Amino acid sequence: MPDHIFFRGGVHPDDGKSLSCDVAIQSAPLLETYVVPLQQHIGAPPKPVVKKKDAVLRGQLLAEPGGFVSAAIHAPTSGTVKDVSECLGLSGTMIPAVTIVADGEDTAAEPLPVIENWQEADPDVLKQRVTEAGVVGMGGAAFPTSVKLSPPPAKSINVLILNGVECEPCLTADHRLMLEDPEKILIGAQIIARILGVSEIHVGIEANKPDAIALMTEKASGTPVTVSELRVRYPQGAEKQLIYAITGRKVPTGGLPMDVGAVVQNVGTAVAVAEAVLEGKSLYERITTVTGSPVVAPGNWRLRVGTPYSEALKLAGGVKMDPAKLISGGPMMGISVYSLDIPVMKNTSGILLLAADEVSQYTSESCIRCGRCVDACPMSMMPGTLSVQIENERFDLAEDWHALDCIECGCCAYACPSHRPLVQHMRRAKGEIMAKRKAAQAKK
Amino acid sequence: MAENEIRLPDTSKLVVSSSPHYHDSIDVRKVMLLVIVALLPACASGVVIFGLRALFVLAVCAVSCMAFEALFTKMMDRPASTRDCSALLTGILLGMNLSVGTPWWVCVIGALLAIGIGKMIYGGLGYNPFNPALVGRVGLLIAFPGTMTTWLKPIPGDFSYGTAASDALTTATPLGLLGMTKAWDPSEVMRAGDHAISYLDCFWGNVGGCIGETSAFALLIGGIFLIVLRLIRWQVPVCYIGTVTIITGITHIANPETYAPPMFHILVGGLFIGAFFMATDMVTSPMSARGAVIFGVGCGLVTCVIRLWGSYPEGVSFAILFMNALTPLIDRYTAGRPFGVARSIEAKA
Amino acid sequence: MAGVVVLLVMGLVLGFGIGLAVKFFGAVVDPRLEKVEGMLPNANCGACGFAGCADFARALVALEAEPGKCPSCSSEAVEEICELLGVVAEEREPKVAVVRCGGDNTKAKMAGQYNGVADCKDAVLVAGGGKGCVHGCLGLATCARACPFGAIEITADGIAIVHDELCTGCAKCVSVCPRRLIVLAPASAPAHVYCNSPQKGAAKTKVCKASCIGCRKCVKASEDGQMEIKGFLAAVNYDNPPTAAVCDVCPTKCLKPASDEAASPEPEEAREVVNA
Repeated sequence: MPDHIFFRGGVHPDDGKSLSCDVAIQSAPLLETYVVPLQQHIGAPPKPVVKKKDAVLRGQLLAEPGGFVSAAIHAPTSGTVKDVSECLGLSGTMIPAVTIVADGEDTAAEPLPVIENWQEADPDVLKQRVTEAGVVGMGGAAFPTSVKLSPPPAKSINVLILNGVECEPCLTADHRLMLEDPEKILIGAQIIARILGVSEIHVGIEANKPDAIALMTEKASGTPVTVSELRVRYPQGAEKQLIYAITGRKVPTGGLPMDVGAVVQNVGTAVAVAEAVLEGKSLYERITTVTGSPVVAPGNWRLRVGTPYSEALKLAGGVKMDPAKLISGGPMMGISVYSLDIPVMKNTSGILLLAADEVSQYTSESCIRCGRCVDACPMSMMPGTLSVQIENERFDLAEDWHALDCIECGCCAYACPSHRPLVQHMRRAKGEIMAKRKAAQAKK
Repeated sequence: MAENEIRLPDTSKLVVSSSPHYHDSIDVRKVMLLVIVALLPACASGVVIFGLRALFVLAVCAVSCMAFEALFTKMMDRPASTRDCSALLTGILLGMNLSVGTPWWVCVIGALLAIGIGKMIYGGLGYNPFNPALVGRVGLLIAFPGTMTTWLKPIPGDFSYGTAASDALTTATPLGLLGMTKAWDPSEVMRAGDHAISYLDCFWGNVGGCIGETSAFALLIGGIFLIVLRLIRWQVPVCYIGTVTIITGITHIANPETYAPPMFHILVGGLFIGAFFMATDMVTSPMSARGAVIFGVGCGLVTCVIRLWGSYPEGVSFAILFMNALTPLIDRYTAGRPFGVARSIEAKA
Repeated sequence: MAGVVVLLVMGLVLGFGIGLAVKFFGAVVDPRLEKVEGMLPNANCGACGFAGCADFARALVALEAEPGKCPSCSSEAVEEICELLGVVAEEREPKVAVVRCGGDNTKAKMAGQYNGVADCKDAVLVAGGGKGCVHGCLGLATCARACPFGAIEITADGIAIVHDELCTGCAKCVSVCPRRLIVLAPASAPAHVYCNSPQKGAAKTKVCKASCIGCRKCVKASEDGQMEIKGFLAAVNYDNPPTAAVCDVCPTKCLKPASDEAASPEPEEAREVVNA
C-alpha cells in the first residue's frame, strides 16, 4: 500500500498504457539515412566536429559540448556524413543537424575504456565518463546529466531519487526498462550516487506498475536502493512532486531540487550512465513507445537518434486510420507536431497518435470560475484567475500570482469545462515575464 | 506485413496545439445539465405540492431566460450561447424561487432582470458578479412586493389546483408568520393556511412558500448528488447551514420566547435551496475550498441577521447577493501559497 | 414645502460657492491647451514619445516639443497647431507600415491546423502556429488589434495588410509582431519586398510560392544600390528606391508595387480562439 506523502491536486486521466505495457522492447532494423539533430538538449548547442563527406563509425563523436551546460552528440551508426545542415525541430523551426548515410555495416567506434570496479573508482572519473558519453536526462527534459551531477559546493546533496514513475498516460518505455533491465538501472543509480557522494537512494514507481515494483524490489535487495510505491496520480512523476512524496521536502519557488539536497534522475538516464561506465558506450539510442489508438501494432522500440518518425511508425505497422494529432511525448505534456520528418532525439520518450475523438478541442469560452483548475493544480496555484489576467495582457499581475511557478503539467486545462487553452496562456505569460526581466536586467 | 500495406498518417489533417492533448470528459453544458438534473426532484415536489401551474411558471421562466439570452447575444454581436444551458438553468432556478400564483408577465420581467441585468451586461457567463436568478428574484421582490409575497396553500396531489387565481387559497409562510408575530409560538407560526404543520411537513415540503424551496428532502437529494459528483463544494452548504444552526441555536437558548429554534430556521424558508443551489453557483462563489468556507459562514451570518433582527422575514437571497459582492475579495485573500512559496510571502496585489 | 425651499437655497448657495472657488482658487489653464488637444488625433499611440495626446499637448504648449513629432497628425493639423502656437514645424516625411509577407493561404503551405489562442504571440509557441514558413505572417490579428487607426486588415486569405490611406506611421504595430514582419517605410516608396525569411531559396519555395528566392533578377533590373540582397532575401533600399516597373521581373511576385493592396471593407475582428 502506498504510504508516501501525497501532493494536493493532480488529475486521473485515462491510463492508456495497456496498449503497449506488455510489449517487450524490440530493436529496430538499420535505416539508410539518419538525420541527427544537434539541438537535442537544454543548454548551448554543441559544435560539430565532422564535416561533409567524413566517414564516421557508430558511437563516434559528431559534436562536442558547446559550453558548460551542453552535451556531446554521437553517431548512431557507421557511414558517411552527407551534410551538416538542418532538420525540422519540434517547435516548427529548423535546427542544426548532421545527416548520415549508413553503410549498412554498423561498425562500432572504439568504445571508451571500460572503468574497472566502478564501486571504487574516482567519482570525477565517473563523471567525466558521463560527459564523454553525452548522457542527458532521458525523461524528456534532456538536461545534460554531468551538469546536474555537478552541483555548486554550497548545495549539499544527500538523497538521489530515480524516477520510475512514468505518470504520463500511454507511455511505457520506462516500465519495460524496469522489467527487462532492472540490474542496469540499479547499477546506474549506484554509480550516480557515487558521483554525488550520497548513500540514500530511492526509486519511485507508481502503483499501476505492480510487476515493475515487485521485480525492482527483489533486485534491489542487497543494494542501498529503496523502492517506493507511489499513489497513482498525474503528475506524480514531476520532479517537485516526486521529491515531496518520497522525502517530504518542498523545492522552494524559483529553486531547484538541489536546494533541498536532492537530485532526481530518470531510470533511462541511469541505464545510459551504467552503459557508459560498464561498456564504454556513448548515448545514441533510447527506448521509445510508439502508441495510440490509430497505430496498428503499438509497442516499445529501441530507436537510434536520427530515426524519422515515419520510420518509427512503420515499425509499429503504420496506422489504421488518420490521426488528429501526432505527439512527441505523452498526451499531457507532449508537443504536437505536423510532420513525420522530425527525427527521434535523446529525449523522445514517445511517439503518440491520437484519434479525433480523443483530442481536446480548445475554445474561446470564458472562465466560469468553477475552481476545478484550482483543485487540479499540483502547485496550488489559481490557473483560472491567471488565465483571465493573461487574456487581458496583465502580465504584471500574473507575475504576482506566481505564473513562473507553473510546471506546465496540463492538469488545469485537462479539468477545465470551458476547454480554455490554459497551458498556452501560462507559456505566453512566462515568456513575457522573462523577457521583461531580461530587459530590466539589460538596462542596469 | 508487406511494405506497401503500411499506411502512414495524412499529415495535412493533423492539428497542432499546446499541450495537454487529453481532456476530461466535461464541458459547461454537461455541468449545467447535471445541475438541472439535481433540481428535478425539487421541481417535481413543487408540481406535486402546488399543482400543474408550477410547471407553467417554471416553463415560462426557462423559455424567457433562453429567449432573452439569445436576443442579447445577438445584440452584442456574439455567437449564440444558449447551447451551454446556463440560461436554462437560470430560468429553472428563477422559477423555483417564485410563488406558484405568479402571473406569467411577472415571470418574463424576472427573466429579463435575471439575464439582462444579472448576466449579460457584465459580458455573459463567467463575468457576472451576482447570481442571476437571485438578481431576478430580488428585482421582482422590490418591483412587485405584493405578488412576490402572496403564497398559495399547499395541496399535495391536486394537480388541477392553482391554475386560476380565483381558486387560490392564500396563506402566509411560517417565516412570514414569525415575522408578523415577532414571537416564537409554535401554534401560531407552524401553520399552512388553516391547519397546523409539523417539522416533518416542512421536511417533505407540505408548507407554503416558493415552488422549489419547500421540500428540504428533494433539495437534499439533489444537493448530495451534486456534492458526490464534485460539481459543488460541500463546504458552502455545510458551513452555511451550520452557521445558521449555531447562531439560531444560541439565540433560541438565550430567549426561547422570541427566537425560533434552529430546526425551524433550517427547514423553513429558502435556506436549503439557497445553501445547495444558489450559494454554490460557480461563477459567483469563491474558487478555492478555503474561500468556500468563508463564503458559507458569511452567508449564514447575514441570513441570521436579516431573519432575526431585520425587517424582511427571509434573508437568504440578500445574504447570498451580499456575499457574492465579497467573492473577489475572498478569492484574493484565499488564493493560498503555491507549492514551495515560503510563509513569509504576503498576499497578492 | 419647507424642505423644498431649504434644499433649493442650499443648492444655490453651494453652487455659487463652487463657482467662486473655481474662479479664485482654480488652477490656471492655458486656453490654448484645450484647442491643441482638439487638433491632435487623440489616438494615444505614443509615437511622439509622450504619455498620450494630452501629455503631448501640454508639451507643445510649453514649447517642449514640436508639432511635427506626431506622425499621426495630418499636415493640415500640424499647420493649425503651428499657427496657434507661433512655431515652425520641421519637415517630416510621412511613413507607413509594411507587413513584409505575401504568403497567404493561397500561396503558403499550412503546417497542421492550429487550435489555440487567436493571437500571434501565443501561436508562435505552438509548432510554428500552423504555418509552414516559420518567418511568415500568421494572420491572427495581433497587429490589427494594436493599430489605433484600424489601418491593418486581415484578409480573407489570412494575412495582414496595411492600408496606406489609414496608416499614420505611429509604429505601434511594429513592436507587437512576434515575427518582426512589420517595418516603417517612407509613404512614397514605390515597391516593397513582401518576404522576410532568411532561409535558403530552395527551402523557402517548398513552403511558400510567394517567397523571395534570392534570384537577384530585381538587382539586375534596377540601378546600383536600389535593391539590397542579404543571402537569399532581397529588400528595397528606401533611401534610393527603384521604380515600380522593376516588380515585373520578379518571378514569385514577392516584389510588389506599394499600391497593389486590395481596397478593404472593415478590418476583420479576430475570433478569440482558433478552432481547428
